[in-house]
Amino acid sequence: MSILVDSGSTFIIQGITGREAVTMARELLDYGSKLIGGVTPGRKGREVHGVPVEDTVRAFTERERVDGSIVVVPPAFAADAVHEAIEAGVKLIVVVTERIPRRQVAEFVEHAEQEGARIIGPNCLGLISPGKSRMGGIGGSADATRRAFQPGSVGVMSRSGGMTVEIANALTQAGLGISTACSIGGDAIIGSTYAELMPLFDADPETQGIAIYSEPGGRAEAALAEYMEAAGSRLPVVAFMAGRFMDAMPGMRFGHAGTIVEGKEDTTVEKIERMGRAGIAVADRIEEIPALLRERMGAS
Amino acid sequence: MRFYEFEAKELLKRRGVPLPESRLARTPEEAAEAQRALDVPVVLKSQVLSGGRMKAGGVRFADTAEEARDAAETILAIEINGQQPMGVLVEQKGDIAQEYFAAVTWDGRAKRPVIIFSDMGGIDIEEVAETHPDHVSRTHLSTLRPLSDYQAKLAVARTGVTGGDLNRLSRIVLQLARVFREYDLTLAEINPIGKLADGRILALDSHMDMEAEARGTHRALLAELGIPDEDTRQARPPTPFEIAGAQVDAQDTRGVAGNVTEFSGDLGLVIGAGGGSLTLFDAVRAAGGNPADYCEVGGNPSVRKTAALTQLIVSKPGVEKIAVMMNVVSNTRVDIMARGVIKGVIDAGFDPADKIAIFRIPGSWEEEGFAILRRYGVEYVDRTVSMHEAAGRAVAKLAAAGGS
Repeated sequence: MSILVDSGSTFIIQGITGREAVTMARELLDYGSKLIGGVTPGRKGREVHGVPVEDTVRAFTERERVDGSIVVVPPAFAADAVHEAIEAGVKLIVVVTERIPRRQVAEFVEHAEQEGARIIGPNCLGLISPGKSRMGGIGGSADATRRAFQPGSVGVMSRSGGMTVEIANALTQAGLGISTACSIGGDAIIGSTYAELMPLFDADPETQGIAIYSEPGGRAEAALAEYMEAAGSRLPVVAFMAGRFMDAMPGMRFGHAGTIVEGKEDTTVEKIERMGRAGIAVADRIEEIPALLRERMGAS
Repeated sequence: MRFYEFEAKELLKRRGVPLPESRLARTPEEAAEAQRALDVPVVLKSQVLSGGRMKAGGVRFADTAEEARDAAETILAIEINGQQPMGVLVEQKGDIAQEYFAAVTWDGRAKRPVIIFSDMGGIDIEEVAETHPDHVSRTHLSTLRPLSDYQAKLAVARTGVTGGDLNRLSRIVLQLARVFREYDLTLAEINPIGKLADGRILALDSHMDMEAEARGTHRALLAELGIPDEDTRQARPPTPFEIAGAQVDAQDTRGVAGNVTEFSGDLGLVIGAGGGSLTLFDAVRAAGGNPADYCEVGGNPSVRKTAALTQLIVSKPGVEKIAVMMNVVSNTRVDIMARGVIKGVIDAGFDPADKIAIFRIPGSWEEEGFAILRRYGVEYVDRTVSMHEAAGRAVAKLAAAGGS
């Protein structure tokens, strides 16, 4: 088991003929992911590393099962690509593209909710269930990915793509390994937050603990703390909080109306305090995460 | 991107929101003329991209043209939170009976826009939310369904407002929500909405922010408002150091690099972008180090670009050593980074073995990268050494050499 993506998951890349996407396709195939094709309007009939290119998402969904799509489309066309995938019935959409205007993100997130589809990102590196499959550029080449991500028992969620890999590497070094690691994206509005992915990890027998990476800004940590208190997760959670220096810098807070919406749990100090009350351990350094998890995983 | 008050009011005016009569004045003489044209007692407000105008003395009153000239002269000389006013808005002064607050912004947790409305406007809305929560309503909006009158009415009615005021206020709130949606704003606020003694309800002050990513889609609007592309509305103008960083970045398109920042310490940082840089900055500070400047590098910049940025970082006066550190990277090639930083240090006239305190970038092509670093005698560590440990070694090395 694992969450979201498994060895049998089939998926496509939207924007597959772009330079970054071509490299990603190679890496995914090398890693053993079931990449079945890609979409670039007007490029039907081509192949990228042996997988077919179509003009539309429907061209694939009408003839075979498509579990997911990775959107690697320039910002101006990314929202359209996500809506297309949702309409075509794709249920897992990983949006790699960054700098998509917030209104467009909110629109496709609401659309996905209505259709029962899940969005990961935008502005993320993707997700990986080590040894099984990978969606997105997370980990880089297949060899580099294997070095940083060994299969194991810890679920990882991170607002930073790069730090997803760093934390996974620490867990791999420590011999704990990873069930599924998910780069959830760093934007103000994202498809899936920590609290929204927790129930999936809770239901996954392979996952025995959770490591998260968080930053100043937003209410995602408060929402996670509320989930832990209300739902009472079976999983111990260890967080690493970066950007502590930003508390000392002015101009990092939201404006008035924003503060009312976001509440006060916005600085790293407030977030650490809030997570602590919900029983989430906060590591001062990345390398402390495995030991903190081991103590708690042993006790559960 | 923040709008000036007079620009925000122009957006409201286009939607038919009732406003007091006003004129923008760029000089004291224009302010006097404006008062003469309006021919009523006026309020003069600093047009500045900052809050706290009243407290700073950026809002003054005048009954005559002479008073208006003097008030404008005073206001134009007052810098507010480091911001120079670009003019004064000379506006008809009303006899205010009651003030309301209305804003539309994003609720990141609900992933929806939200209308915030209060019948206790004019004062600090955060305080009202704490002391009088029943006087602040929050009404979420769909991004897909059409904006409709009832949503604005709901927002206003939830604070207990009824009668003719409910209808007049909700018309304003609905238009505010339309402006928010139409122009990709992240905040559209009217505070206060004033109910005058004669019963009229007007938008007295407004604050709007447009999402930077959406500027491209609203070129026509920005042109109509007279806001050129190069007007970034940043809190402060870029420093020569930052301009130099942007110039290096513009040389070629590969890699996300060139975002440089200056501090007052002695350790230069060439570090990964995003979460990695936040973590490393904390790590350097936790080890007792003082960053002098830093440059974020992401993606796959060329050797030339990396070298030019490194040269910029290492050449800043006061920089004793630099640390080159990233989280375990997915796409950045370690050998190219190694080549780039070594070239940059040599181009600046220094010895890489002495200037580079530590190199910690684990990832693809690291063996090739480490071979290059060995050849130049640069200390490097692999993925078995954590980011915090690497930062600690760099700071210790600097201290041993007589730095901070």
